[in-house]
Amino acid sequence: MATLSLDFALPLRSFELTLALDVERTVALVGPSGAGKSSVLRVVAGLARPARGHVRLDGEDWTELPPERRRAGLVFQDYALFPHLDVLGNVSYGGRERAHELLERLQIAHLARVRPGELSGGERQRVALARALARDPAVLLLDEPLSALDAHTKSEVRHELADLLRELRLPTLLVTHDYEDAASLADEVGVLVDGTLRQLGPPAELVARPKDGFVAAFTGANLLHGDARGARGMTVVTLTSGERIYSTDEESGAVGVVVYPWDVSLAREPADDSALNVLRGEVGSVVAVANRVRVRVGPLTAEVTAASADRLDLAGGGEVYATFKATGTRLVRI
Amino acid sequence: MIRRVVVLGAAFAGLAFLLLPVVAIFARVPPGRLLSQLGDGAVLDALRVSAETSALAQLLVLAVGTPTAVVLARRFHGRELLVSVVELPLVLPPAVAGIGLFAAFGRFGLLHTSIPFTRLAVVFAVAFVSGPLYVRAAIAAFEGVDANIVAASRTLGAGPTRTFFRVVLPLARTGLAAGAALALARGLGEFGATIMFAGSLRGVTETLPLAVYSEFNVDFDVALSISALLVALSAALLITLKWRPSVSTSRFRFAASS
Repeated sequence: MATLSLDFALPLRSFELTLALDVERTVALVGPSGAGKSSVLRVVAGLARPARGHVRLDGEDWTELPPERRRAGLVFQDYALFPHLDVLGNVSYGGRERAHELLERLQIAHLARVRPGELSGGERQRVALARALARDPAVLLLDEPLSALDAHTKSEVRHELADLLRELRLPTLLVTHDYEDAASLADEVGVLVDGTLRQLGPPAELVARPKDGFVAAFTGANLLHGDARGARGMTVVTLTSGERIYSTDEESGAVGVVVYPWDVSLAREPADDSALNVLRGEVGSVVAVANRVRVRVGPLTAEVTAASADRLDLAGGGEVYATFKATGTRLVRI
Repeated sequence: MIRRVVVLGAAFAGLAFLLLPVVAIFARVPPGRLLSQLGDGAVLDALRVSAETSALAQLLVLAVGTPTAVVLARRFHGRELLVSVVELPLVLPPAVAGIGLFAAFGRFGLLHTSIPFTRLAVVFAVAFVSGPLYVRAAIAAFEGVDANIVAASRTLGAGPTRTFFRVVLPLARTGLAAGAALALARGLGEFGATIMFAGSLRGVTETLPLAVYSEFNVDFDVALSISALLVALSAALLITLKWRPSVSTSRFRFAASS
């Protein structure tokens, strides 16, 4: 598989964007708006010229190439479809050979003769993806791929997009302000603030060991993978590690279990309270974040007060029980 | 109540004032005679001169004005100044434009040419006066093309030229057509700059508006017929102008939002 290698500086209005990053699979850049995320994509696509540094795909230096000579498929945040061309015209703009196949693959073949103005948000998103893929890109760039969609469409598209990215096996750089989207789509997540990459790592790693308060705040949630099945008005999720989790959300099939660290309580003894979910595990890392402490227990990260951490002697390690309520356990399709 | 009567009365008077001269052109001579007057030799000559010079001027305006507008639609230092240069002829008195052209292209002018009082002089005068209208509309049309859509074309493998013809031009088309229609209408009526720079030689430089002026002293009815023709042409252009944008809004409704 190819590697997209970035190492550049781009002066923006109020700060300089500097980034050194190797992209092999899917990397998500997250951060607040105005952090320079979209500018990274523009530099890779050749739409913005860095002041110094390089953009390379394996041995091929893209730094001086105009956009049309780079093989970078960019899906714009607003999709930027050609309003004067129909769906087929849009998709075959960059390459005719695979256009029909891609329309089929993205389930938009029936819209071939429709103009973008008449499409829904989800349909436009598919057209934009198909158009970017039709030129047979070596790199895929996605700018806020899910942000323009309503909640319902979003979960559906996220699911499909995750499948598609797995199947394409292209170096993919995606930008989002939503950590949940990043965690469900990407192998690695980078937190970009004011043009600087604060931390880069697998989603779970960022949740468990945030380098600073900003990353901690941004990476909010735990994400566990499992298989959901409905039973007696409650959804039971069997995690890949074997444990069972209960949620009041209704889902079935492959899901991500989202639990916020501050919803997880820790105890040395199994507690007899109303929380349905109990996971037993060894205390992993213990990281102080301001006046709180983030504690890794098995696949989970819990956030407790510094006082509780002292009382339970978490720094000493050992076995603890992590409990959280079924009502505070959200399920997302992935 | 009184205020309402005053307001409506003023509106009615205003509209009547604007409409009356146009109606008068058609009222004085019966339509049949208006048409037969158009067969007059002087009218046919003027029609031919107007058609040829307007067509040439329009070609010149489109060929030179379009690239000019492309450049001026970009953001750069000194752009405002250059746009003002383009707009100046719009506010210049036509007679001043004529003198200026004479001073520039006259035998004893800056460039020492023999253009004055030729067919080409008419083309120059018309283009000088009508061109800025087109360029201004074209700048707005190009500025209205979403930069992301242009960028998308580039990332899809189309170079700047292909992007221009396949994306920018089709998306700016409506605005460009409106500008062209406006320029054509203005050019057809050009009088002041033409008479100063090209004179009024029948069959050579005498356009329809110039013929109206010269026939005014010879045969008032002929002058009226030509005027009627010009009214019809102007009205036709106005209708195309009014129609096009409404067609385009429904067609490109999502251009701005997508």
